[in-house]
Amino acid sequence: MTPHVLTRSLDRSASIFILVVAGLGVLIPLSNLLLPAGSALQVPTYLVALFGKYACYAILALSIDLIWGYCGILSLGHGAFFALGGYAMGMYLMRQIGSRGVYGNPILPDFMVFLNYPSLPWYWYGFDMFWFAALMVLLVPGLLAFCFGWLAFRSRVTGVYLSIITQAMTYALLLAFFRNDFGFGGNNGLTDFKDILGFNVQADGTRAALFALSCLALILTFLICRAVVTSKLGKVLIAIRDAESRTRFLGYRVESYKLFVFTLSACMAGVAGALYVPQVGIINPSEFAPGNSIEAVIWVAVGGRGTLVGAALGAVVVNYAKTFFTSGPLAPYWLFMLGALFILVTLLLPKGIVGTFSAWRESRKATEKANAESAAREDGVGEPNPAE
Amino acid sequence: MSVMEGRTTSALLYLDGVHVSFDGFHAINNLSLTLEPGEMRAVIGPNGAGKTTMMDIITGKTKPDEGTVLFDGITDLTRLDETRIAELGIGRKFQKPTVFESQTIEDNLLLALNVDHRVKGTLFWRGNKAEAERIGRVLETIRLTDARSRLAGSLSHGQKQWLEIGMLLAQDPKLLLVDEPVAGMTDVETHQTAELLKEINKEKTVMVVEHDMTFVRELGVKVTCLHEGTVLAEGTIDQVSSNERVIEVYLGR
Amino acid sequence: MSANFLDRLRAVLLAILLTTAFAVPALAGPFEDAVAKFANDDFSDTDEAIGAVAASGNPLAFPIISALQEGRLSADPETKKVFVTGADGKIIDAATGAAVDKLPDNAAAVRLNNRLRRAVEAAVGSLTLLSPDPAKRIAAAQSVFKSHEESALPVIDGALAKETNKAVKAAFAEARAAILLYKPDATEVEKLEAVAIVKAKGDQEAMALLTGLSNDVPPNVARAAASAIASIQSNLATWSMVQNAWYGLSLGSVLLLAAIGLAITFGVMGVINMAHGEMVMLGAYTTFVVQEVIRTSYPGLFDYSLLIAVPLAFLVAGAVGVLIERGIIRFLYGRPLETLLATWGLSLVLQQAVRTMFGPTNREVGNPSWMSGAFELGQITITYNRLWILCFTLAVFVILLAMLRYTALGLEMRAVTQNRRMAASMGIATSRVDALTFGLGSGIAGIAGVALSQIDNVSPNLGQSYIIDSFMVVVFGGVGNLWGTLVGAFTLGIANKFLEPVAGAVLGKIAILVLIILFIQKRPRGLFALKGRAVEA
Repeated sequence: MTPHVLTRSLDRSASIFILVVAGLGVLIPLSNLLLPAGSALQVPTYLVALFGKYACYAILALSIDLIWGYCGILSLGHGAFFALGGYAMGMYLMRQIGSRGVYGNPILPDFMVFLNYPSLPWYWYGFDMFWFAALMVLLVPGLLAFCFGWLAFRSRVTGVYLSIITQAMTYALLLAFFRNDFGFGGNNGLTDFKDILGFNVQADGTRAALFALSCLALILTFLICRAVVTSKLGKVLIAIRDAESRTRFLGYRVESYKLFVFTLSACMAGVAGALYVPQVGIINPSEFAPGNSIEAVIWVAVGGRGTLVGAALGAVVVNYAKTFFTSGPLAPYWLFMLGALFILVTLLLPKGIVGTFSAWRESRKATEKANAESAAREDGVGEPNPAE
Repeated sequence: MSVMEGRTTSALLYLDGVHVSFDGFHAINNLSLTLEPGEMRAVIGPNGAGKTTMMDIITGKTKPDEGTVLFDGITDLTRLDETRIAELGIGRKFQKPTVFESQTIEDNLLLALNVDHRVKGTLFWRGNKAEAERIGRVLETIRLTDARSRLAGSLSHGQKQWLEIGMLLAQDPKLLLVDEPVAGMTDVETHQTAELLKEINKEKTVMVVEHDMTFVRELGVKVTCLHEGTVLAEGTIDQVSSNERVIEVYLGR
Repeated sequence: MSANFLDRLRAVLLAILLTTAFAVPALAGPFEDAVAKFANDDFSDTDEAIGAVAASGNPLAFPIISALQEGRLSADPETKKVFVTGADGKIIDAATGAAVDKLPDNAAAVRLNNRLRRAVEAAVGSLTLLSPDPAKRIAAAQSVFKSHEESALPVIDGALAKETNKAVKAAFAEARAAILLYKPDATEVEKLEAVAIVKAKGDQEAMALLTGLSNDVPPNVARAAASAIASIQSNLATWSMVQNAWYGLSLGSVLLLAAIGLAITFGVMGVINMAHGEMVMLGAYTTFVVQEVIRTSYPGLFDYSLLIAVPLAFLVAGAVGVLIERGIIRFLYGRPLETLLATWGLSLVLQQAVRTMFGPTNREVGNPSWMSGAFELGQITITYNRLWILCFTLAVFVILLAMLRYTALGLEMRAVTQNRRMAASMGIATSRVDALTFGLGSGIAGIAGVALSQIDNVSPNLGQSYIIDSFMVVVFGGVGNLWGTLVGAFTLGIANKFLEPVAGAVLGKIAILVLIILFIQKRPRGLFALKGRAVEA
């Protein structure tokens, strides 16, 4: 990708976003590592891990926004790509345990010894190498999304049908990963990780580095999404979102566009999952639960779909609220609040926080301009049309 | 792409014996129609006569149950999808004006330009002077130059109709299918539209579907009247409107 | 069944026999003489006594022989009196049945050798063959069928001649055939007939009997047996298909019940209600509340609890449905994806509300008596609750179909499904139709909850477990046509149950999901999709 594609039309909010994420990505690890524990400005390690989790969620939100906000594809199964990326990383981390497991088997992870696996299943080969695992983090979700999308988009499965089918996809994977004989640790998933690239995953330094990496990945994802949506391809995506068959009659191969952006988005979700796993220390089949995927969609809705900054912001805001409420005395009411959030945002704030804010700012600018010119044209400056 | 052996007709568009039915309802019934290169044809007919379904068949949205649909005498359109047909050079304006409402007028035209429509091409697209000039010309033609950076959704109904015609121009097709271009327009706008279409017809083949008889009269071209999915009458506007069967269909018996 | 239970049964039987025995004046006759022979402590005398007692038809015969079998028959060699010690420790005089306080000091257990033991077993078998209870006679015949003990043949022959009950007669004939098959000196004709009878029985046991046949039977018989085995095998395969089909129908009926409301709302309004599963859950909890009220206040009405719950569940879920439509969904028309999200949020709220009110654990909903139990059909077992649910589902389906066809609301609903704009311009109040449709769809979900409460755990998560399957039914069956939903539900149900034995429950389910994803390649709008311009617009 040429540099101009990455940096083209970085408007003010995008620049602010990148600066803030980069700043946090540097300052938080430094504060955690350099300041003495207990100091008012020191960020405790558990918070570093928590923020790292948020950064991963923000990447997932960006990936969902790219397809939903810009192309109208509502995937209710993006958690599947996230989890697959997570499993690919988890497999690497499992192989790194080596003979330090409970059973001390140098090759087989503990759960395989426990389940009497005679040898390592073929699909676990190669995961002892980081580069291979990293490749799989992109390739496995990407390939699944490509196959799935190829089938779905080619036969013009759209709208709620597509949403339901994506939900069925993640549900099928949930069932599959729960099975012990599927070879991914069944119900318990993969856990008890020891180290990553030779560094102890529990160590403060590793956690700080992982957080910084997550911020970097978030910035890169943001830039890639930004490059996509500001290119002419982005205009085509919006055209598909707003009037799919019109786009087709103009001679665009709609299914290729959808397939491209869906696959790209799945790869991003995979990266988010891969960064998530070492920071939370576990990956299990519940990550495939359809509820998780839908929850991720609401982050985007809250922040404002069709605005990249909004998607990332929504992920952080909703998850902060979740952390805050589920850890306090209000825990039993969290689901009420989450449910109400779904309803209220769709009803009252369809553009989300950022979308509503920028619409408000634009309409104010427009009024000022109109006042200044005072010679208003016939229709005045139209409201930006809300995304369908 | 399927190309038949040898050219069998000089017509740009050739429909013969086309049938379509939806759940037992015969929308198109043994429809035969030819359009010579450079011709402009007006298609009239009451509601449900199959006008829009005919356009769906030509543009690949609906597959006929039987019959021949040839473009340029050699290309079997029934085997191609919408994208491929659009690439061949058939442009379509919808009955309900369909523009990309959340994008600017300029972007609408940019999207319609017949340049590289593949993923790679659009991802690494960079504007160039030739394209900008073409867009500028189209904007002039459809009289929306001043509104070029406004969102298409803010346009009036008539302006949207014109924008969609402009998108057809930007697409630069050989054949334009125009479905009810003057619906919801004032008399002045209707007149202007007729002039615009006549202007377009100097270079391109056009098929116009319209209810508005004054407009059809103004176009002054050969008229085809459809009824119950088949051609009822064909000829000049005066011939067709004096045809007894046409009168019967339009006015009731 | 535990041995303990058999013991108790025997004691009860003994007690009944004893009471009848008391009514009979004790006269010295051939029976008493035969009983006395037990006291001779001579194996051949004992043999004779067993035969005579077993053949006597005396009500005491069974207690005596079974006591002999279990070493509870003792005799006083001096007085020649014979005593039966019951399983409960009570002692009677074997000849008269009169109660005895305690055994004489020199009474000793009647001894048996191996030959006698076989005779005793045969006698016990033949005695039950003559039991007045037809069920017991059949059970005895079945045990003879399994043991094919040659010594039981005379008794079977005798019993068969006297038997009038058709079912018992058939069982006797089968038992007889089994004996003849294994009897070395039976004629070839007899054996061939026997093979035919066993073949007609056609179950797992018949097959075991035929496969156990030794090689030295006449070649004709062997051939007949081989063909009988093949035919039984195919017969059993058919039955296992029937069984799978039944399970499939049962699952299909549940799916249909859960999906039909979804199909209506989706068809008419183009809206996917993610809280549909929660409407099902509300219906199930309504049933629970109805049963609670009945349990505490009107215990006699328990069998009617479901009849009361059905309309109530319809009203509760339907009312909630109308509220949802008026309060949320109508503001989201034309934005189906947002509706999906909002109703998902609603489902979270409803689940949590029920969890708060009724607790997170499963609630007990009982089966009324007419829904418990099962019956046998050929080689399969059919439970009443599943059968009732199937009937109920079909009834709901037919009522709904009739409603759509013959009522004004039905007509309006169909009109709106086919072309909303046209319907509106024809003067149909589409917003009223929407609200009522949503209420109807939700109400049916509530009814589904009543039915599901009979076969599933009633918990706040009840709806969640059905929602994806219901969606699959709707996606598969297509929109706008209830027959599509019917065919979709039963196809998926049956396909699921036929895949399960091959692939296992989970893989079967995954396979179904994958198949549906592939299926919509071919027909993106489902099996029974509406065609034409209006739907695509």
